[in-house]
Amino acid sequence: MLHSILFYMFAFIMLGAAAGVVFSRNPVHSVMFLVLTFFQSAILWLMVEAEFLAIVLVLVYVGAVMVLFLFVVMMLEVNIEAAKRGLTRYAPFAIGVALLMAVELIQLIWLRGHGGSSAGGFAPTPEGYSNTKALGSVLYTEHVYAFEIAAVILLLAIVAAITLTMRKRPGLKVQNIAAQVAVRAKDRVRIVKMDAEKKQ
Amino acid sequence: MYNYYLTIVLAPLAAAIIAGLAGKQIGRAGSHWITILGVGTSCALSMLVLMNMFWGGAVAENISVYTWAVTDGLRMEVGFLVDRLTALMMCVVTFVSLMVHIYTIGYMREDPGYQRFFSYISLFTFAMLMLVMSNNFLQLFFGWEAVGLVSYLLIGFWYKKETAIFANLKAFLVNRVGDFGFILGIAAVVMFTGSLDYAEVFSQADSVATQNIEVFSGTPWNAMTLICILLFIGAMGKSAQAPLHVWLPDSMEGPTPISALIHAATMVTAGIFMVARMSPLFELSTTALAVVIVVGSFTAFFMGLLGIVQNDIKRVVAYSTLSQLGYMTVALGASAYSAAIFHLMTHAFFKALLFLAAGSVIIAMHHEQDIRKMGGIRKYMPITYWTSLIGSLALIGFPGSSGFFSKDLLIEAVKESHWHGQGLVYWIAYLSVLLGVFVTALYSFRMFFLVFHGKERMDAETKSHLHETPAVVTVPLILLAIPSAVIGWYTVGPVLFGDYFGDAIFVKDTQDVIAHMTSGWHGSLALLLHAVMTPVFWLAAAGVFAAWFLYLYRSDIPAKIKDRMSGVYNLLDRKYYFDDLWINGFAAGGRALGQLLWKKGDELIIDGLLVNGTARTVGRIAAAVRQLQTGYLYTYAFAMIIGLTVLLGWLIWLR
Amino acid sequence: MIGLEHYLTLAAMLFVLSIAGIIVNRRNLILLLMCVELMLLAVNFNFIAFSRYLGDETGQVFVFFILTVAAAEAAIGLAILVVLFRNRRSIAVQELNTLKG
Repeated sequence: MLHSILFYMFAFIMLGAAAGVVFSRNPVHSVMFLVLTFFQSAILWLMVEAEFLAIVLVLVYVGAVMVLFLFVVMMLEVNIEAAKRGLTRYAPFAIGVALLMAVELIQLIWLRGHGGSSAGGFAPTPEGYSNTKALGSVLYTEHVYAFEIAAVILLLAIVAAITLTMRKRPGLKVQNIAAQVAVRAKDRVRIVKMDAEKKQ
Repeated sequence: MYNYYLTIVLAPLAAAIIAGLAGKQIGRAGSHWITILGVGTSCALSMLVLMNMFWGGAVAENISVYTWAVTDGLRMEVGFLVDRLTALMMCVVTFVSLMVHIYTIGYMREDPGYQRFFSYISLFTFAMLMLVMSNNFLQLFFGWEAVGLVSYLLIGFWYKKETAIFANLKAFLVNRVGDFGFILGIAAVVMFTGSLDYAEVFSQADSVATQNIEVFSGTPWNAMTLICILLFIGAMGKSAQAPLHVWLPDSMEGPTPISALIHAATMVTAGIFMVARMSPLFELSTTALAVVIVVGSFTAFFMGLLGIVQNDIKRVVAYSTLSQLGYMTVALGASAYSAAIFHLMTHAFFKALLFLAAGSVIIAMHHEQDIRKMGGIRKYMPITYWTSLIGSLALIGFPGSSGFFSKDLLIEAVKESHWHGQGLVYWIAYLSVLLGVFVTALYSFRMFFLVFHGKERMDAETKSHLHETPAVVTVPLILLAIPSAVIGWYTVGPVLFGDYFGDAIFVKDTQDVIAHMTSGWHGSLALLLHAVMTPVFWLAAAGVFAAWFLYLYRSDIPAKIKDRMSGVYNLLDRKYYFDDLWINGFAAGGRALGQLLWKKGDELIIDGLLVNGTARTVGRIAAAVRQLQTGYLYTYAFAMIIGLTVLLGWLIWLR
Repeated sequence: MIGLEHYLTLAAMLFVLSIAGIIVNRRNLILLLMCVELMLLAVNFNFIAFSRYLGDETGQVFVFFILTVAAAEAAIGLAILVVLFRNRRSIAVQELNTLKG
């Protein structure tokens, strides 16, 4: 019972925060709402005993990705009024499409599923079950290649992000270390032989 | 002998390539020496081959040189079939070609296209040799088209001359009509026998003759008749038989050596040669032979009549060529193949002679070709005069000359060809060739008298320069005059009655007029003595007399006849309206049809509706659809979302 | 009791909200990116719910990878955004229409 109450509470908070992301007028607020959404979903994930992923969500998403978003939003100082002007015009259309899809999805889940027969909830996990341990044991065995590829993708993302944003400013004064090291004496000093000149 | 044959064919080709591509480098003298050397080699080796056949008893050889392709069991080869027929043709071709090469040095002396000309005539020799030496239909067709191509190039040799361009186009197009029939004939041969090789096809001839084909459903035609008539249509184009003869008179726009070589002595006889070569096929279809003989007799008589009203010296000879080709065709139709080939040979010599003599006169007259402006040239140009006389006498069949033997026996063969059964066909043919003798004599000596006798009608300027042509011109004349005069005497016996051709020509026993005539053959001398008894001699004499009477003795009469019979004159002057029929009828009709298809079919339907219409439709649709491609990110996102929604809806509610 | 359907419904609602967000916030690239993050979160919900329902950790492994790729995507997306802003002094979507045919 308590479980249900908690689920509904966190679920409502999460949906509200998500609505805040979508409809808030200020992008900074949107980012903050998104952080809240992530927090709430982490809690909901904890409730289905996906502890590892819940922690990862908070650490990686809230700790890193959302901070990145926040940086960008603040850095770019987007004109809020201009960005939000067309909101009301498209809202009915957006709500129409969203409702249609919601009807479809919920019908799919509740009517086309197994008719709500799983009202009993999830089966309890066995004694001494550790989600993190179980996840680790499949991640490093069965899915080890995918894991390595994921690592490469992250590396790629780092390289790509840096390459994209790095720029050379004209007039920037820096040392060319390689050229300095590779220099030879004869490049610097030229000895010219010439006859002595007569006295005037 | 293999190497001999290859050398015979390739020497002129090599010379043509060198003179054509390196003409500038080797210069004028270089190009005529190299081509004369090439053709001379061919000529000498051809003579050797002929001598081997004649005295050495060499047998016919059928050699495959190179297999070009084999598709679905059909072998396409390059090969030589050298038998007695081929050997004779090779000698005629190379000898006349050699004479023309030498003659050209004089005739074309001042022409800027000197090297090009030599290259062309050598190339022609190569093509003609490929044609006659072929052992299969494909190579025959190659040679056939190659000589047509060179003929086209040479008629339009003076390509800045409007009439020459018209004439070469005309020759090319008219020949296409014939070639269309020819290639259909070859296709029919392949269809029924599955082979292109002569020997293979001939061996199956009997079975083909029993088959029928329904080109139009409901009317079965004998396969052999169809094949032969189609092949003969090709021969009609190349050998200028009515109604496909219209190109030959116009081809006189080309240089005179060409008229002598291609349009009198060799190329135009390709059709005659081809029919003789195909004798095993033609013999099996009397219907086809009847067609051949009727076409030939029409050409022989009516084209001769046209020669009487022509005033261009070369055109007179051209119409005489047409008429003589008609004679040969009649002989083919009468199954007297050897008589046709024999006449072909003698005709090659004397007609080349007449053309070259005409050319000699033209050179002396500073390229004036109208015989009304000549006359009395005899005393200025004795060699040309005497050689022309020999040529003309040979042409009319004066007893003792080569033309006498060939023509007299040809007419005799036609007379004997009673097997034709169809009385009408027989009488048309016989009367045509008989009356043709008179006509031939009349126009030949009309030209001869107008040019060499009578009043000197040329202007003073030309007259002051009139003198005999140089040795390079007169030597070929003399060299051609000798065989024109005497070759008949020596060769008539063996060639016609001595079974010279052996297996090369096949004649069915019931149709073998030559064999029938052999019983009455008692040697050349007997024939000569017998000559004065025949109507042929008297008709020829009457023709010469008429020419003398009308154009030398009472030269005012022709004009009166012309006035009196203006209808007939017009008919002849307009060449029986054949040109009008072709140009205004078929050519104009073709152009109108082409115009219609071009404007309506091509531009309106294909280009307008199908090609551009498709493009325009695509363009219109694209212009509408392009609005969807706004370039804005959210448009694409919407598209995805809406697509997802629809897909989901279809999945849930409709499936 | 809270079961699979509840989680799936929650995920569906989250997804639908993010779709509405994409339509509504079509002018702002950053917000579009955030909505995409929301969508991924909804998908992750499904994976986790099914993983729990079936007692199979593979679903959670998927979530792990999705998080990785999403982080990478966010990093690169934002980098592109920064470069875009630097070049055009704007990230207004209505000015970015060079992608049309």
